[in-house]
Amino acid sequence: MATKKRTDGRMPGDAALRKELLHSMLLQRRFEERVGEAYALGKIGGFCHLYIGQEAVSTGVLSMLRLDDYVITTYRDHGQALARGMTPRAIMAELFGRQDGCSRGKGGSMHLFDRNVNFLGGHGIVGGHVPLAAGVGFAIKYRGGDQVCVCFMGESVVNTGAFHEALNMAALWKLPCIFVIENNKYGMGTAVERSAAIKDLSRRADAYDGMDGEHVDGQDVFAVREAMERALELARREGKPVLLEVRTYRYMGHSMSDAVSGTYRTKAELDEYLKRDPINLLKSRLVEAGELSDADLAAMDLEIKAVVQDSWDFADASPEPPPEALYEDVLVDSVS
Amino acid sequence: MAIITYREALNQALREEMARDDRVFLIGEEVGVYNGAYKVSKGLLEEFGEMRVVDTPITENGFAGIGVGAAMVGLRPIVEFMTWNFALLALDQIVNAAAKMLYMSGGQYPIPIVFRGPNGAALQLSAQHSQAWESWLAHIPGLKVVTPGTPYDAKGLLKAAIRDDNPVIVLEGEMLYNTKGEVPEEDYLVPIGKADLKREGSDCSIITYGKMVLVAMKAADELAKEGIKLDVVDLRTVRPMDIEAITTSVRKTNRAVVLEEGWEVAGIGAQIVDYIQRDCFDDLDAPVVRVHQADVPMPYAKSLEKSAKPDLAKTIAAVRKVMYLPT
Repeated sequence: MATKKRTDGRMPGDAALRKELLHSMLLQRRFEERVGEAYALGKIGGFCHLYIGQEAVSTGVLSMLRLDDYVITTYRDHGQALARGMTPRAIMAELFGRQDGCSRGKGGSMHLFDRNVNFLGGHGIVGGHVPLAAGVGFAIKYRGGDQVCVCFMGESVVNTGAFHEALNMAALWKLPCIFVIENNKYGMGTAVERSAAIKDLSRRADAYDGMDGEHVDGQDVFAVREAMERALELARREGKPVLLEVRTYRYMGHSMSDAVSGTYRTKAELDEYLKRDPINLLKSRLVEAGELSDADLAAMDLEIKAVVQDSWDFADASPEPPPEALYEDVLVDSVS
Repeated sequence: MAIITYREALNQALREEMARDDRVFLIGEEVGVYNGAYKVSKGLLEEFGEMRVVDTPITENGFAGIGVGAAMVGLRPIVEFMTWNFALLALDQIVNAAAKMLYMSGGQYPIPIVFRGPNGAALQLSAQHSQAWESWLAHIPGLKVVTPGTPYDAKGLLKAAIRDDNPVIVLEGEMLYNTKGEVPEEDYLVPIGKADLKREGSDCSIITYGKMVLVAMKAADELAKEGIKLDVVDLRTVRPMDIEAITTSVRKTNRAVVLEEGWEVAGIGAQIVDYIQRDCFDDLDAPVVRVHQADVPMPYAKSLEKSAKPDLAKTIAAVRKVMYLPT
């Protein structure tokens, strides 16, 4: 790839940026913890898929983008929505099914959208959104722009036909798409070894001339950022699609109805991965570097908890969508 | 007015709308170098270039999704399916993405896209290539579905579909591409959701759309010889349906035949009959009769295929039945 991997062990960026990365990841963690609580209280319904454990992926990838770039993702979308800069209030209100939600209470957990930050939604059919990402890449090329489209997906997507169809056309037509596989090792309860006839998922890129593939440690936010830097070099400057496999782990069940461990994975396995909690890894590096004291950390945590509480209060106070909303936004009443 | 084919009318619509708005592009299998499997896109690659007339690999799900993604961020794609039979592979993109994006995003992402191509049976193409999909597509809120039966309506409806800011399904007819009719030289649109009374009569209504309009017109010609005057309502759009046009006709004639190309169960005709019973219950002098494809996959053998399809004889028989005339 275009830029070399960093090998000197130093942390990239400046102290302010590094603190910002931690803040972004911690916000997702605290937010998701409260989402779990709200779900248990019945304030959130339906399917709800938590992102806990994968925060270095969303923060690492999205902190490298420009505001005019595009992001599209799956139903496990709360973390990415926060990392992209959507407000905790609008997201929580959406989860509560309220009028002030980012999708006005029509989408829910799986369908967060925000046009202001080019967040093109969480999508609920596994693999179905990958062609959409190629379409966004096509539009960028059509208009001669230098944006990119980042498409997040779980590792089980690589086995779908839609994945192949989209990546083939993205490579054929040189579309500026970065396809990010968040390999959290399980598609619901099916381990990746039991579903994909390939171990190194990034090698799927080998099927397409002109597409580079890379795999990277998804618990290390700096490693994710560096891989994104290389991917952006190709996608933005050369208009080439990239396949990035980010190896991570989800600490919660597939959805709220799924036990954390015991059915398809052991507690021992989970405990092993918890040792590489992306937030703890970053925290300890910042503390070791003397950039963050325990008091700083405590203050950050307190501030974030207040922001999340505020989003909860906001969502709770937000009205239910009015009855007439039922028939709104089925069609637009306009022509061009 | 010029007399041109249905195929030429569609081609003119594409050309005019692509010239009018540079966000409009055509994407699909064989639309460019091959000039279209049915030559509807003839000459467009030469005129607009390969960024706007895009040949795809055989990937219905993939290129339909590319269309929806491009529409999300401001382009206005026309997605051509070589036939709607192949579009089954793209139903996830049509139903789950295009039709629902506006609603589930709380109004943030309209999808101005056209999905078009030939629908319904041609001749002896057997089961997998002879299907009329309108009832599947009309079932979905968030879509509009148009079914032009004449060159005039084909051009006007396709142009309206391209300018519409919603996903619009355009169901053409393989057997209609060579049919001819009058089409004005000047720019015009046929409004989506508006039926057209193709023949005025007082004895019995035929409510139909798409390819079956021609069959209904022939039936009207034949029965006119016996002094029976048919009111032929061409819906032109099956979603949203022009209910008023249906009820106005039935209130006038007090009898109705509903003619469609597809299967009986959960067909478009069933919906039309529901509108009639709901709004015209006391106006009816006879139960409504439906004409449709036999409830079987389309057979290959010529004789069996003929038996399976709705046709002129079956339509005339249906009219006689609702008029209590000997068949």
